[in-house]
Amino acid sequence: MLSYDIVIVGGGPAGMAAALKARECGIDSILIIERAESLGGILEQCIHTGFGLQYFGEELSGPEYADRFIKQVNEQGIEFKLDTMALEITDDNVVYAVNKQDGLLEIKAKAVILAMGCRERPRGALNIAGTRASGILSAGTAQKYVNIDGYMPGKKVVILGSGDIGLIMARRMTLEGAKVECVCEVMPYSSGLTRNIVQCLDDFGIPLYLSCTVIDIHGKDRVTGVTIANVDENRRPIPGTERYIECDTLLLSVGLIPENELTRAVGIELDPVTSGAIVDEMRETSKEGVFACGNVLHVHDLVDFVTLESQTAGEGAAAYVQGKKTKGDRIATKGVGAVRYIVPQKINLNANDDVKLFFRVGSAFKNATVKVKYNGEEIISRKRPRLAPGEMENVIIKKDMLSSFSKDGVIEISVEV
Amino acid sequence: MTKNITCVTCPMGCSITVELNDGGEITSITGNTCKRGEAYAKNEITHPQRSLATTVRVEGGEHAVVPCKSSSPLPKEKIFDCMKEINAARVNAPVELGDVLIKNVCETGVDIVATNHCY
Repeated sequence: MLSYDIVIVGGGPAGMAAALKARECGIDSILIIERAESLGGILEQCIHTGFGLQYFGEELSGPEYADRFIKQVNEQGIEFKLDTMALEITDDNVVYAVNKQDGLLEIKAKAVILAMGCRERPRGALNIAGTRASGILSAGTAQKYVNIDGYMPGKKVVILGSGDIGLIMARRMTLEGAKVECVCEVMPYSSGLTRNIVQCLDDFGIPLYLSCTVIDIHGKDRVTGVTIANVDENRRPIPGTERYIECDTLLLSVGLIPENELTRAVGIELDPVTSGAIVDEMRETSKEGVFACGNVLHVHDLVDFVTLESQTAGEGAAAYVQGKKTKGDRIATKGVGAVRYIVPQKINLNANDDVKLFFRVGSAFKNATVKVKYNGEEIISRKRPRLAPGEMENVIIKKDMLSSFSKDGVIEISVEV
Repeated sequence: MTKNITCVTCPMGCSITVELNDGGEITSITGNTCKRGEAYAKNEITHPQRSLATTVRVEGGEHAVVPCKSSSPLPKEKIFDCMKEINAARVNAPVELGDVLIKNVCETGVDIVATNHCY
């Protein structure tokens, strides 16, 4: 059996940042397990720019952002195994993994960091009627075909879902000569960044149909078209609004789901809203010594925030291994009303630093006020010119404030207009 | 005249309002939260520019293409001409991150630079 202080499952931006921070905190024995043939995760296929503005203060492409961390992982001599799939984490922190060279690996870990990222919601989860013709792909799959394999999967494209990957792919397919007929969004607003609507759709005259969805897919061997329709406030198609759009490709960008099979199997408590683990401010899960960070914890809109969060997890895991974990009671956080979720869901009252609470709203607001309350009493009030479901927000709880709270209390965040 | 622009310089996506006088000159720029927003708004009114990220075909590499980007923003109206030139180009492996793959694309003075390696 192999043995490491920290085993990290996933070598994307989350896993690498966590590993580097743990090394910085004095942990020598670290192993990263990565399923793909290289480190970097999804960034390798995200060739557009816009990464790193917060963290590096420059605008990088995905591969460039990843490369900065890959270089450091190599410089620091942090061990990693590529083409290796983690299969199971046991109750006593043994990680089972498999690859072609080593066969089955049994790895004992003092601490485990879950950094598996997320995957795209597939067609099967959508209940769209129609045939199983070829030409129906997730936006991320199309992105891999175009950006890594140099292969164009279609010429006339309809995109369902206006998340960032869908918007980015609308532009990418257009640049490569495809005609993107439209982007349909079932919600009355786009979940993508505003700048992506401007530079990926508006720039190329691609229409965005809000409150609109695909209700039928046509074609025997290859997609020949889709039927779209407007939807009512309950997201039900409105009879009489159906129209047929000829296309050979349907790209789905309909949400990302944290990939938590390992987490669930070992009995770690999950948050039904984020589909990720319930964690404290160091990103430790309900299982002692197991931490989670990045998109496996909650889906982020910026990789920069993934890096920062993962550094926290790396620091937490290092402290745990070194027996320096902060002891103390934990207070719960709770999103109220429009605030769909908060990460972390628990905070140690003796936290060493101020704690940043990340949250997401369920609908769009203008000139709203974010209120933080402790047991119903307002403790923080922040004006926000705009809030959107696609953009993660945060508020900081001062460490001094925390020490005056009781573990039986609750910290709530709400939005008032 | 008032023009509303969404800044695309960074993911903040600030809503910027530009006031123009009758002569089409900018009289005020508001709503931006940094200097780059002001520069973007000015450019967007006078001469819109966009960064370009795409791929170049690689001969003999581990992948068929290598990702690349424009070394600085390109005139917006030249984006499709640049795509034509980039898609006609072939480079040989190995490619290192930062290699200039095409110099002075479409006579714009802007280079196309590799954003990953391809061995």
